Amino acid sequence: MKASAGGYARARDVRHALDLLAASDGMGRILAGGQSLVAAMNMRLSEGDMLVDISRIDGLAGVTDEGAVLRIGALTRHADVGADPLVRAHAPLLSAAVDHIAHAAIRNRGTIGGALAHADPAAEFPACILALGATLHAEGPEGTREIAAEDFFQDVFTTALAEDEILTAVTIPKAETGEVQVLEEVARRSGDYALAGMCLVKRSAGHRLAVFSVGPTPLLATDAMAALDAGDMDGAVAALKDALDPPSDTQASAAYRKHLAGVLLRRAVARIGEQQA
Amino acid sequence: MTKVFSDKVDIALTVNGEPVEGRVPAGQHLVDFLRQTLGLTGAHASCEHGVCGACTLRVDGQAVRGCLMLAAQADGAEVWTVEGLTEQGSSRDLQQAFVARNALQCGFCTPGMIVAVEDLLARGGVPSRAEIREHLSGNYCRCTGYEAIVDAVEGVAQARAGKGAA
Repeated sequence: MKASAGGYARARDVRHALDLLAASDGMGRILAGGQSLVAAMNMRLSEGDMLVDISRIDGLAGVTDEGAVLRIGALTRHADVGADPLVRAHAPLLSAAVDHIAHAAIRNRGTIGGALAHADPAAEFPACILALGATLHAEGPEGTREIAAEDFFQDVFTTALAEDEILTAVTIPKAETGEVQVLEEVARRSGDYALAGMCLVKRSAGHRLAVFSVGPTPLLATDAMAALDAGDMDGAVAALKDALDPPSDTQASAAYRKHLAGVLLRRAVARIGEQQA
Repeated sequence: MTKVFSDKVDIALTVNGEPVEGRVPAGQHLVDFLRQTLGLTGAHASCEHGVCGACTLRVDGQAVRGCLMLAAQADGAEVWTVEGLTEQGSSRDLQQAFVARNALQCGFCTPGMIVAVEDLLARGGVPSRAEIREHLSGNYCRCTGYEAIVDAVEGVAQARAGKGAA
């Protein structure tokens, strides 16, 4: 269908965008790449939005090396995340994730900040930043604040961002020497949302496992992580399945999603073994 | 509602090399501005939620979905449609290969296919058949079964790389 928008305004900078949000009588909606928002507007899942277009704001796109962390601006497009040499070197999980996100034409427009703020439970980037222990940076009328990835995703399409705040960047701890990061997912067709997926990171401090498309938010599977740290593969699979209460829908039953999660965990662990060998 | 938000947005952009100005509704898709206001009906509005690829356009050098980009967002952009690519002649070999290989039947998906293929071929080199399929996974064709499309793209990629005949 055709999109329904209440109005449009192009923000010059973050302060202007915040002012526009404040002037929107609660109807403000941040428009960045638009690859989820415009689709939602087309399907009339969102109507009458006062669009605050932040896509032209300077300085919100790009990847910078900040020593111990990489800073990825909210407006960095998926295709640019995927092609970035700093990301490839220091956060290869994100490079791998890009190949799974929708299709090339969508990756050319969609932004990492948009994907994180949209918080689709089936999306790859939210699970990636949870697995990596990243920090989100938001700006609001009161100033800036940092939000840990663990605290950011609260429910389906619901994050810790306040109505009057804008996500400006995410900082990712650089992979340490010998760290391995893998992403595994199953989708019916290339570019479809995953039926189930996961990000597994192995660091000297232990494993980090974030699963997606199996619940209302990406989930850090802490019991399975502990079992992996103890070298108990079967225990990790059992703990992961216990932790999940996935939905049944036209794509897959809950039981099938749980089964897939176990299969994917074994694949991910095997791939980590291969990469370390 | 507050006046800082507009129902209509003034835009100035370049379409197929020509400067264009317009006053567009806030929620109008770029593909509908091209089709309804400029009469460029090559790019097709079909699924209208980013799945089928029939509306694929080139914006600032990259393939994008014409139904997932608002016309208001195209202010200052350089937009190319299949009409422009045809007139310019830059995709003639690809279009001829589609005909020669029967890579279209009804032709509804073809304008989007051409733009999406050019996005892939612009990277240079000869992509594998798997890479071609992966790149075109966001462009649906309900007629051909894709095999002929992959044949055409592969042939053109090889010809452009000087490695064989299309």
